Amino acid sequence: MTVPTDLDRRFRDAAVEARLLDAGYDVVDTPVGPLLVAATDRGLLRVSFDGGGDDPEAALEQIARLAGPRVLRAPRAVAVAHAELDEYFSGKRRAFDLPVDLRGQPGFAVSVLGELAKVPYGHTQTYGELATRAGNPKAARAVGMVMNRNPLPIVLPCHRIVGASGSLVGYGGGLERKEHLLRLEGAIL
Amino acid sequence: MMDAVATIPPFETFYGEHAEEVLRLLRRRLGRDRAEDAFQETFLRALRAYDRLTHGEHLRAWVLTIATRVAIDAHRRAGEPTEELPELPDVDGRPAYEELAFLTDTLPPKERAAVVLRYGYDLDYEQIAAALDSSPDAARQAASSGVRRLRRRIT
Repeated sequence: MTVPTDLDRRFRDAAVEARLLDAGYDVVDTPVGPLLVAATDRGLLRVSFDGGGDDPEAALEQIARLAGPRVLRAPRAVAVAHAELDEYFSGKRRAFDLPVDLRGQPGFAVSVLGELAKVPYGHTQTYGELATRAGNPKAARAVGMVMNRNPLPIVLPCHRIVGASGSLVGYGGGLERKEHLLRLEGAIL
Repeated sequence: MMDAVATIPPFETFYGEHAEEVLRLLRRRLGRDRAEDAFQETFLRALRAYDRLTHGEHLRAWVLTIATRVAIDAHRRAGEPTEELPELPDVDGRPAYEELAFLTDTLPPKERAAVVLRYGYDLDYEQIAAALDSSPDAARQAASSGVRRLRRRIT
């Protein structure tokens, strides 16, 4: 016997409605693969490419360490983010309108990610330029690390940050995905 | 990382491991239809107490006790007779509680549940309160008057 789908769904919805979750998440299918998307009452906490990963348990434990143990798959908790991601991938959305929860991020990362959020759709910027805008022109390498560990890829557009020569350099989710996103936005042909 | 006690798993993991068994217990006690509301109530009660858990031991016994309690409440609301006793779930490996069984079986239901959960399963009073739907103070009182009663019987 398994728990009937509608009963299961009703419990998950009720948990969100009663505001009993530290974080709710869902797995969202996109052209760049399944994304695990998690949110707290403060905002979006995590977007991760291991949505369909071999070790979902590890992703959940990481979320629980940040937000608390009441982590539940609850589509309603990330419904807005899900809708905006769908719109983005169908080319209908150019900017995300979502509060973010950057708890656990060091101060430098928070200021870099804040600047990153301002890089417009369809444009690229270099690691050095972003470092300068974050107030430390010499920190290009550290900015690279922050991009690599970006907790909210796609929504905070680290795919728009490229090397000084214009080469794509690297991407936490793999270069293919970076290319896909930049092509979607018309930033490369 | 070297903790001897089990850490508290993400709620999703806990739910995934116990949802079926909770539903089976509730269907047995309440029938198919009424089991559905009770299922939701059980896991909402568990969620309410979950961030106050101090360790992840005996979570199965804990959630089955909550479910039993929810079933008893449902019977009571419907004006149906019910044995007062939250039947304590069998747990694989039968912990220390087994050795207490012959003693605790004679206690009043709430005291028995509190004594067994406290001393058999090593749950703290927050957890016991959530399982019995009462306050930590009331749980502590029930456990200590249960122990007093046992002492009087033994000596």
